[in-house]
Amino acid sequence: MTTAALESAVRSPGTPVQRIRRWLGHNALFVYTFAAIVYLMLPIVVMILFSFNRPAGKSNFAWREFSLNAWLNPFAPLGLSDAVIASLRIAFVSTIVATILGTLIGLGLTRYVFRGRAATNLIIFLPMATPEIVLGASLLTLFVSIGMARNELTILIAHIMFNISYVVVTIRARLAGFDRRLEEAAMDLGATEMVTFWKVTFPLIFPGILAAAMLAFSLSIDDFVITNFTAGSTVTLPMYIYGATRIGVPVQVNVIGTIIFGTAVGAVVLSTLLQRRDRAA
Amino acid sequence: MTALLRRYRFIVPYLLLTPGLIWLAIFYVYPSVQMFISSFWSGSLERGFTFSLSNVHNYTDALSRYQDQIVRSIFFAAAATVATFLISFPLAYTIAFRAGQYKNLLLFLVIAPFFTSFLLRVISWRTILGDDGLLLGPLKSAGLVGDDVRILATPVAVIAGIAYNFLPFMTLPIYVSLEKIDKRLLEAGQDLYATPWSAFRKITLPLALPGIFAGTLLTFIPAMGDYVNAELLGQTPGTKMIGNVVQSRFLVNNDYPTAAALSFILMAGILVAVAVYARLLGTEELVSSAG
Repeated sequence: MTTAALESAVRSPGTPVQRIRRWLGHNALFVYTFAAIVYLMLPIVVMILFSFNRPAGKSNFAWREFSLNAWLNPFAPLGLSDAVIASLRIAFVSTIVATILGTLIGLGLTRYVFRGRAATNLIIFLPMATPEIVLGASLLTLFVSIGMARNELTILIAHIMFNISYVVVTIRARLAGFDRRLEEAAMDLGATEMVTFWKVTFPLIFPGILAAAMLAFSLSIDDFVITNFTAGSTVTLPMYIYGATRIGVPVQVNVIGTIIFGTAVGAVVLSTLLQRRDRAA
Repeated sequence: MTALLRRYRFIVPYLLLTPGLIWLAIFYVYPSVQMFISSFWSGSLERGFTFSLSNVHNYTDALSRYQDQIVRSIFFAAAATVATFLISFPLAYTIAFRAGQYKNLLLFLVIAPFFTSFLLRVISWRTILGDDGLLLGPLKSAGLVGDDVRILATPVAVIAGIAYNFLPFMTLPIYVSLEKIDKRLLEAGQDLYATPWSAFRKITLPLALPGIFAGTLLTFIPAMGDYVNAELLGQTPGTKMIGNVVQSRFLVNNDYPTAAALSFILMAGILVAVAVYARLLGTEELVSSAG
């Protein structure tokens, strides 16, 4: 693409200065885009690179030498495995609950006309528009004022709360192109409403539900700010990492970050390939 | 059951909405009200808090005491929003119009940072921007910059960190609105002798405005409330934002009234922004564009 632009610029008429300017005019955008992508990737590359570091002291800030030590002992630092397990458990449970609650709202909003739509839309939107720190802080005031101890349960409550809105938005986007005639056809053929839902509607919206669940899971497992306010003494992975920044982040944290990154990228690549295969079939 | 549902059809949407909305009512709406009430508290965690409307001075106290942090938050968030826009617009434009077969790859790279932990990205920036880090280290040993030059622990580091974290929130909405543009409009403009620049200014840019607007809100709002970048990349009192104050008042000092008042000041500012947005675009648009 770039070479084609270059050739046409060289062959085109005008003085050399005009040609160079035209070439830059054509390619400035690509140079800029390339720089932006490098900027986006840089911290990720650094994270992966430093998972192979053997730092001199506790802090993993300066490159010293290549080592597989952290990869071979990923859970060596005290408390890290507990933090990972707590994060996974919270992410699983909050994803399931938020996906059910959010899917029901998404179905209600896209398939029915009713009073109170605008208010419902607003209540769904507001938690996404509220800064995390305000969400966390207001939950903290609630828990303090009713004297509820903060632990894994309060983290779960918080994660389900902020995930509902994201699930609703994702489900709505997927339901927008839904062809209601498919359901009508099923009912014409004698299917009851329940049978129609489980045999026609649900399989069609399932990819949307899955996408919403994946989003909810990733938001939950990565949340630090709201968790920090609602955690009490429970330590999730982000809480562990944040705590470690004061005393030096162990290299193993980079290893786990790299594994999470690899898993997420793998899932996306896999689902893209599956979609392509479906389309080809 | 089914017969009953058919009879009272109008009730079905409410049955679907109720469980989720109850959750949001208890754990979003009610805590917000509770926080509003606690912003009128006086007292301490040990001695107990008492409510009084005369404690409205919590607000004026918070405003005057943390004036610097409030102004700084607005400035940092605005600077980061402008930076993300300057990076995002050409990027989104390339993806929408020029990327060809690489479109999906580029979109994937834009959201790739979300596949890593937010905190780890911030920590990576600390490694990159550090005094002898990946950026300044080579520059210093080459003698290009003085030994005492710092980026970490300056406002630049905080703004850069915030801009990085919210970049996809700006790029994606702009991309979506650019992608929707009917290419025939641009051809029509050319047929009518518009120069590329005036076609861009009069067709592309106005049609991209909803995306720019959404991106601005999606960046500015979380940026205003952010405190992790200021904490990990700013590190000094001169880079603290409202979020840092709210965080330490709540979690370190147990000074709930001041923290609640500050949170509410932050929230009120955001509600005004959202209200303006909802007026301009409608609530349906709000929910669908945020995804």
